[in-house]
Amino acid sequence: MNNTDKELLSEISDTFNENAEVYNIRKNGESIKRKVNDYISIVTKEDKSGIDIYVKENTLFGIVHIPVIITESGLTDVVYNDFHIGKNANVIIFAGCGIHNDKHKDSEHDGIHRFYLDEGAKVKYVEKHYGKGKGKGKKTLNPTTEIYMKDNTSMTMDSIQIKGVDDTIRITKAYLDSNTTLEISEKILTTGKETAKTEFIVELNGENSSVHVTSRSVAEGSSYQEFTSNITGNTKCYAHIECDAIIKDEGCVKAIPEIYAKNIDANLIHEAAIGKIAGEQLKKLMTLGLNEHEAEEVIIKGFLK
Amino acid sequence: MLELKNINFKRNNKVILNNINLTLDDNKFYCITGPNGSGKSTLAKIIIGLTIPDSGSIIYNGKDITKLSIDERAKLGIGFAFQTPVTFKGLTVYDLLKIATGKAVEKKEACNILSKVGLCAKEYIDRELNNSLSGGELKRIEIASVIARNPNISIFDEPEAGIDLWSFKYLTGIFKEIGMKKKGTTIVISHQERILSIADAIILLEAGQIKEVGTKDTMLESILSPICPKGGNHE
Repeated sequence: MNNTDKELLSEISDTFNENAEVYNIRKNGESIKRKVNDYISIVTKEDKSGIDIYVKENTLFGIVHIPVIITESGLTDVVYNDFHIGKNANVIIFAGCGIHNDKHKDSEHDGIHRFYLDEGAKVKYVEKHYGKGKGKGKKTLNPTTEIYMKDNTSMTMDSIQIKGVDDTIRITKAYLDSNTTLEISEKILTTGKETAKTEFIVELNGENSSVHVTSRSVAEGSSYQEFTSNITGNTKCYAHIECDAIIKDEGCVKAIPEIYAKNIDANLIHEAAIGKIAGEQLKKLMTLGLNEHEAEEVIIKGFLK
Repeated sequence: MLELKNINFKRNNKVILNNINLTLDDNKFYCITGPNGSGKSTLAKIIIGLTIPDSGSIIYNGKDITKLSIDERAKLGIGFAFQTPVTFKGLTVYDLLKIATGKAVEKKEACNILSKVGLCAKEYIDRELNNSLSGGELKRIEIASVIARNPNISIFDEPEAGIDLWSFKYLTGIFKEIGMKKKGTTIVISHQERILSIADAIILLEAGQIKEVGTKDTMLESILSPICPKGGNHE
């Protein structure tokens, strides 16, 4: 791996190094390095591009890194990664993609990640997306996440896209059985002419299933963001969707809530707030000696922290 | 020394401040009081730059600061605690205190500052500055942010507003301590006898004008009498 590769890796996964117990590094459409242990295996798919990650039941404190880096301009990389989490396993998964494009052809990564949580499994999933490079070629990332949760499972998902991605369509679908908890936190910053579309489709099928989605985003320059949530409560369940967005300059954000209660005991909440940085926040920080620009930076950094 | 010269301010054609002239000495504790709508908060905001007067000038240690921005005044050593504390998504109490001190302050030092306003620092230092904190807690953190800054002029806009009796009792103690230090100029906008009685000097505003400036001994009794000279009730 060269310095660019290492830089991309550190941007998308600051906890990763090659001493990690389990990982698969994918570069320009191919796995270039892999490590497994007795509890977590990684198998290359035979019918399409991608891997299957198997976490044995009762595995505790498993940590898996599956970073993707793209440095080849003009490449469209589509990958299917399936995570099979055994009964009562407890695992943390770090994913993400970094694109470096210094040329004029577009580069794209479409990662389709499917999670199958067996009963009692717990997963923390962290994905980070990052783009850099001075070329006119676009850097596009389209992550799709599908989550299938059996009884008594829980999952938290932190999704972060801080800068440099020209276009993204991010789709997350989740299907929850009984006594399951899903928490999703998304942070997005778009600048210039970037666009980001996010869609959450969640079906709460089992009694006492719950989902909490928090989306915080900042749209600067003339960038555009769209947040769609589509939550269906089929039984006694709870959902809370929060979409908070800050707009700056000519940035635009559109939030489209759709909550559908199909059962008398379904309790579904959607909150959306879009606006510029509150003047009082700027003024407070200015009374502490920051100029307006510095105050804006602090507020945005905190908001996306 | 801070001088306000011929300060005038109107809002929607209504006179809020009418030809205010005031000199505030170093190392003194001042209370600005008066009925609601008398212009107290506006005057405080004009000193820090949150409100710009229609005319008049503000002179700080011989320098005209009337046209300086809020942050420029803050850098000169003027601090301001908001009447309604501002909340932030994502910023923690520690973040705020770091910004206030203007240096890479250790968490332990930030905790010490927080302890000065009676908050159990460990419980609060990593909390987000949002509405999960009560009004009294936010108020104390707001005051802590000014204490952390250690300005030459500290302005507190109605520190007692919106807090419970217990918190108020504690705040009074904080102001007594500040008053006893005699270090820097303290300006507190207040209606409360306990705070007024700490002051070296009381400035009474009515209808946008300074009605009287004096010591607590000469002014407290008349200020606290239930009927004001114009026939209305004092707050």
